[in-house]
Amino acid sequence: MATLTEAPPPLSPTAPAHKPPRRRGRWTPYWLLLPGLLWLCVFFALPMIYQASTSVQTGSLEEGYKVTWHLATYWDALSEYWPQFLRSVLYAAAATILCLVLGYPLAYLIAFRAGRWRNLIMILVIAPFFTSFLIRTLAWKTILADGGPVVGALNTLHVLDVTSWLGWTAGDRVLATPLAVVCGLTYNFLPFMILPLYTSLERIDGRLHEAAGDLYARPVTTFRKVTFPLSMPGVVSGTLLTFIPAAGDYVNAELLGSTDTRMIGNVIQTQFLRVLDYPTAAALSFILMAAILFMVTLYIRRSGTEDLV
Amino acid sequence: MPFVNWLKRHFVVIAGLLTLAYLLLPNIVVTVFSFNKPKGRFNYQWQQFSTDAWQDPCGVAGLCGSLSLSLQIAVWATLGATALGTMIAFALVRYRFRARGAVNSLIFLPMAMPEVVMAASLLTLFLNLGAQLGFWTILIAHIMFCLSFVVTAVKARVMSMDPRLEQAAQDLYAGPAQTFLRVTLPIAAPGIAAGALLAFALSFDDFIITNFNAGSTVTFPMFVWGSAQRGTPVQINVIGTAMFLVAVLFVLTSMVISNRRNRQKASSV
Amino acid sequence: MKTTNSGSGDVRLTGISKTYGSFTAVQPLDLTVPQGSFFALLGASGCGKTTTLRMIAGLEEPSSGTVHLGDQDVTALPPYKRPVNTVFQSYALFPHLDIFENVAFGLRRRGIKSVKKQVEEMLELVQLGEQARKKPHQLSGGQQQRVAVARALINKPGVLLLDEPLGALDLKLRRQMQLELKRIQTEVGITFVHVTHDQEEAMTMADTVAVMNAGRVEQLGSPTDLYENPKTTFVANFLGTSNLIEAEVDTKNGDDIVLKAGGGKLVLPESRCSAPTTTGGKVLVGIRPEKISLTHADDAGEIPEGRNRITGRIANSSFIGVSTQYVIDSTVCPEFEVYAQNVDRDARLAPGAEVVLHWSPAHTFGLDAAQDIDAGIQEEAAL
Repeated sequence: MATLTEAPPPLSPTAPAHKPPRRRGRWTPYWLLLPGLLWLCVFFALPMIYQASTSVQTGSLEEGYKVTWHLATYWDALSEYWPQFLRSVLYAAAATILCLVLGYPLAYLIAFRAGRWRNLIMILVIAPFFTSFLIRTLAWKTILADGGPVVGALNTLHVLDVTSWLGWTAGDRVLATPLAVVCGLTYNFLPFMILPLYTSLERIDGRLHEAAGDLYARPVTTFRKVTFPLSMPGVVSGTLLTFIPAAGDYVNAELLGSTDTRMIGNVIQTQFLRVLDYPTAAALSFILMAAILFMVTLYIRRSGTEDLV
Repeated sequence: MPFVNWLKRHFVVIAGLLTLAYLLLPNIVVTVFSFNKPKGRFNYQWQQFSTDAWQDPCGVAGLCGSLSLSLQIAVWATLGATALGTMIAFALVRYRFRARGAVNSLIFLPMAMPEVVMAASLLTLFLNLGAQLGFWTILIAHIMFCLSFVVTAVKARVMSMDPRLEQAAQDLYAGPAQTFLRVTLPIAAPGIAAGALLAFALSFDDFIITNFNAGSTVTFPMFVWGSAQRGTPVQINVIGTAMFLVAVLFVLTSMVISNRRNRQKASSV
Repeated sequence: MKTTNSGSGDVRLTGISKTYGSFTAVQPLDLTVPQGSFFALLGASGCGKTTTLRMIAGLEEPSSGTVHLGDQDVTALPPYKRPVNTVFQSYALFPHLDIFENVAFGLRRRGIKSVKKQVEEMLELVQLGEQARKKPHQLSGGQQQRVAVARALINKPGVLLLDEPLGALDLKLRRQMQLELKRIQTEVGITFVHVTHDQEEAMTMADTVAVMNAGRVEQLGSPTDLYENPKTTFVANFLGTSNLIEAEVDTKNGDDIVLKAGGGKLVLPESRCSAPTTTGGKVLVGIRPEKISLTHADDAGEIPEGRNRITGRIANSSFIGVSTQYVIDSTVCPEFEVYAQNVDRDARLAPGAEVVLHWSPAHTFGLDAAQDIDAGIQEEAAL
């Protein structure tokens, strides 16, 4: 028979525990983290510091640069390039909204309506990735070419008249206008919207739709009150994954736009690789980083999904 | 109004398929124009059907060299980022340690940073150190920005893994190394594979960071970029189309195989 | 009963405890599980029973104390070096391995090459010979449970630990598996330590039950002993239902204590009272609902002498089939529960009827009145 003697008093000091408690693998996490974090520190964090220091240096390529705390670089950069900053934010915002509007139905379709076609559609969404995005972006030059079928159709429908009046296009052209750049940005980052949307939609129990219907919600109300709120995590991460790279992009503006559609990415690229004005370029990219971090933090706070990280 | 009702009922399907068409249109154009025989240096307007480019895909100076360089970099970057990222993911999910929050932020930041910012700051570092720009600087940069994505993919998988499975292995006489090899790794494998695939795709297709840190080395995306200025050879479309087809075929085959395997299992039961 | 002069395969916990920061999951605890017994740790969630089990398995390090298996001190041994195997809650079957490989896992890790015969025999024992090449997710819950048992048993452990092994099964299957596990235990003769929150499960299967509450063992004994003679209000309420009456010690009469409750007197054998009994002191008098007889007030004269009695009015009755459950409103206890077998039903026993409750003093038990009278009541429902 088993026996329980009365619980003894806590161990007396004369009878110390005969060994300290073991700690298995106390250092293991640090060894696992070390190489990767070192990599990120040296090649991600440290460069940021270098860049910060470059942005307050003065000098020239020939004579070398010195840290002079020349903060005026920031002011000069901002006052000279604010239109490009503004344009970047506007284009990226427009592309993000378009991605959401276009991507949501497709994500919804894959999650709830595709049935046995689900896998095929998923493949078709992802497969274009394997063709270099530069090649695909160049294809838009053909699609939107002057006098091509797309422009022709838009012209016949008098859509171009409206967009020209709004300043989105110029005359009979779509290429080399803001519309072309936004169209390219939307196209390029659409999968980054669709995939997180799909992930969070897929987690929604289909019976919730039936339950909402059972409780007198019409399909539109069901979407507004049940589906959309539940897909918020996907909406938030999708918009971030779209907006951030779009705001820093310069490929679309370069390939599909003109000098009037230059974004801040173009400026940074030119300053760094052609003009070789490192302090200005560093200041610009610092401003861009700060602006985006600020907006992202604000957005995450407002949408109440801080556990996103 | 039967038509309006039909439209209402199938609105999602129609809108979704239109978006899909928007996504696929450029690929169709790329494919069609891989059979073009353009008149000038640029392959933007349809002239005449030809299979010239398909018969001689390496017929443009530097194209296949850049392609092979891109593939090499992608393979090494994938290996590096997957190894480092998997280790970090395991540490984050499986252990409690100090500075967790800081580590998480350091992982998250590269994903929340516009590429051009990372590209520019990394170039600043390399310039300051006087590093020779080329293969190694590109590889370093690629491992850096792929790392976070691998961590995220592997973390998701390891997090959904029941810790009791590892305890069960230990309970059944598997030591730490055996537990990791026989249980943890096989179960985490799909997450690691997903992370590796993502890293490969990101590295292979990266342009912005590479453009800043490549010096005079030319990867495939940089070759395409350069040709957009100088003239776009049809061979670019050939390679783009081929890669698209290979990817689709690869996925379809693996799906058919896994389907058949499932069916065999079901019938043998 | 013996304490330390144990057999070669006993599990012996000495002063074992577990604290997480400032929270104490298990208070210092001494416990011996004799070889070959079916031992149950019973308690509500968070009572420390699973932590105790995991300390035996080596999955949790005790903050103090030692674990002995037979004569061997295994406190410092990692789980993979202990001759102990566990059936985990929700089974923890390896999803990437088929049933055969799941069962063979432990043998292979110990370097045994020819596992086929053993695995097949073990699968026969749990009646899963046909399923050897299926993956765990292709099996039903009951089948998975049997795989988990087979995977552990094949290693012929000194002790088999079962952590809520039947929690994920539906009621009917659970009953079936209770008998099945009991059969297997009898067949292989290995010590089973079973953690559960289900008192019925513990009582059906175990030879010995330890009832745990808030990191302590409240009482330990055979299921009958625990049920008939609870020592604390927690045990009285957690195992089945008890009616507890606050009473005052009046006099002692030989081996019996006479108590005052309300206006009447109740008799309690002193041997069945776990509380100090000084005259004038408070005692909780307990009686199980099925021990009580109900007689209509008009027939009160027919009740034999020497029984404890209380008067009241039927507040509610519900017909269960084999029995009828009454709730009686009485001055000494507001909600007295009585279960009456449906042998000869007295039609007058309907809500509103005045009745006399009476029972044999030998069924009465006495508890320390300093305890919470409701301990252990709600906790099971919260699970």
